[in-house]
Amino acid sequence: MNIAILLDLMADSFGDRTAITDDRGSVSYADLRALARAAGADLATAGSATLAFADVCSVAVPTALFGAAWAGAAYAPLNFRLPAESLKAQVGRLDTPLTVASEGLTPALGTPAVSTSEWQDRLERVEAGTDGGPYVDDPGNPAVILFTSGSSGSPKAAVLTHDNLCSYVMDTVEFAGAGEDEGLLLAAPPFHIAGVAAVLTSVYSGRRILPLPAFTPEAWLEKARTGGVTHAFVVPTMLARIVQCMDADPGLSVPTLRAISYGGARMAAPVLERALELFPEAQFVNAYGLTETSSTIAVLGPEEHREALASGDPEVRRRLASVGRPLPGVEIAIVSDSGAAVEVGTRGFIRVRGAQVGGRYLDSASSLDDGGWLVTGDVGSIDGSGYLYVEGRADDVIIRGGENLSPSEIEDTLLRHPGVAAVAVVGVPDAEWGESVAAAVVLTPTLAGRPEDEISDELAGWVRGHLGSLKTPGRYVICDDLPLTGSGKVLRRVVRDRLAPDGAGAPISPGSVEPMKGEAL
Amino acid sequence: MILKPGLRLRSQVGETEMVVIKGSGDHELACGGVAVVPLGEPVAEGVEMASGQDGAALMGKRYTDAADSVEILCTKPGPGALSLDGQPLEVKSAKALPASD
Repeated sequence: MNIAILLDLMADSFGDRTAITDDRGSVSYADLRALARAAGADLATAGSATLAFADVCSVAVPTALFGAAWAGAAYAPLNFRLPAESLKAQVGRLDTPLTVASEGLTPALGTPAVSTSEWQDRLERVEAGTDGGPYVDDPGNPAVILFTSGSSGSPKAAVLTHDNLCSYVMDTVEFAGAGEDEGLLLAAPPFHIAGVAAVLTSVYSGRRILPLPAFTPEAWLEKARTGGVTHAFVVPTMLARIVQCMDADPGLSVPTLRAISYGGARMAAPVLERALELFPEAQFVNAYGLTETSSTIAVLGPEEHREALASGDPEVRRRLASVGRPLPGVEIAIVSDSGAAVEVGTRGFIRVRGAQVGGRYLDSASSLDDGGWLVTGDVGSIDGSGYLYVEGRADDVIIRGGENLSPSEIEDTLLRHPGVAAVAVVGVPDAEWGESVAAAVVLTPTLAGRPEDEISDELAGWVRGHLGSLKTPGRYVICDDLPLTGSGKVLRRVVRDRLAPDGAGAPISPGSVEPMKGEAL
Repeated sequence: MILKPGLRLRSQVGETEMVVIKGSGDHELACGGVAVVPLGEPVAEGVEMASGQDGAALMGKRYTDAADSVEILCTKPGPGALSLDGQPLEVKSAKALPASD
């Protein structure tokens, strides 16, 4: 099945309903289909097999996504914040691309690159018809190509087929299941799997999309309060900043907001607990997934959040830190490094299989094993009730004297100290222990300005008191900000390089890998 | 009729429209006891629902056979029960999942 059918069905059944409202106005499902058909015809005229897109979210995003599908081409949304050279290299890996990009990027990308507004104007002149079909139907074809953020190395281009994405959408979302009043505040960037999946699931469920082109907590709150937003997806760094903003201005509230889902990186427990207090009426959903799995593979639902928060039972309360249970049609298992199943509750490698799992990359063979399993590269465990706990990337586990330590547990403990605003805990080479534990810390005003020795002693004492000396970082480096990927993952290899003994003293610059700081997301 | 995912169909006894979302092969898919036709093809006039085949297909619901080998999504509701090779299709009752994107 071609993902074009998701829009085609809505346009036939609810053509007049609003699909998306951006700065240029509102577009109905019928009009969005006409735009997508025009984009498909335009792509066919250009003889392109790929539509590359490098701009912020607007109606151009669903136009490009579904337009490529209509032409049987692939849609490749690119991280428009990357340096032009990196973007050019990514475009160069694509099959006969037509590139649509923001005004500022087109000169650097070369031909054939067209600016988003020029492209949109051009589509208005394309005669492509407004009714449904026909579209090229080759379910195994690439529908979407996504360059991964490269938090563990150079970017890979993950390929998702029409079948992968249709399985995900149709197995998890009810067709036209959203109420007419529902609106999704779309703050995930178009080049992130959450941004792609949100467009597909919103269209299929009939939920209006309200794109937020550039995230700031103020802009997010403003749009949420005035746009009739009922649903929102945020990455943890966004929620942390929204919570800070609301704490600073106790008058702020978003009464229309019914559901907040979050994912993309690990959420710090203190941020989540505060958000649950600030949005008492909202349903919280934790979604865990990967680019390679067409977005979500496990969810912790709203009742589970509230139940965990209210429970006196430590086992139940602990579930707030889990990502819930697998979606229907998805199997998740924990295996040892030899690939054997481990016992309940034991830490190991997370693997997954199901129709929505792609596991293919551009220019390489499938990375699925003979049984159809994808090894995610994450480590975690599954408890007796089936709840999945994700500890982080396998590469990030710290091995100190043969003992496996999870950075996430140490980070959560440090974040509970009132003097800590953000933290990344990493393992650094150590002659005696193999690896030792080090922390890069962003301070709040509570500790800022105090002598470094005093801060180190204070934080070491705090962690030792909660977790014992084995897990206590031996070294603390104070920095202004942490280097993050576009989705808010800490770039640990950058932190690790700086905290390694031979990198001592070098400043941790947030701009060192991706220009990701402050407003950018 | 050869079914395959993505094939869109309509009833001959009412307004019902549907799409095959799972399963393939040669099957007799009927609405109200009368074979459905591909969307866009002519509908026979004056066709009556077969007796005992009343019922309705509901918007957005998924219908499946006992073996769960074929799945049909209703995209426009209408009268008449859905059946596959003479056997009634049942509503697939999936627990509603919270929106996660």
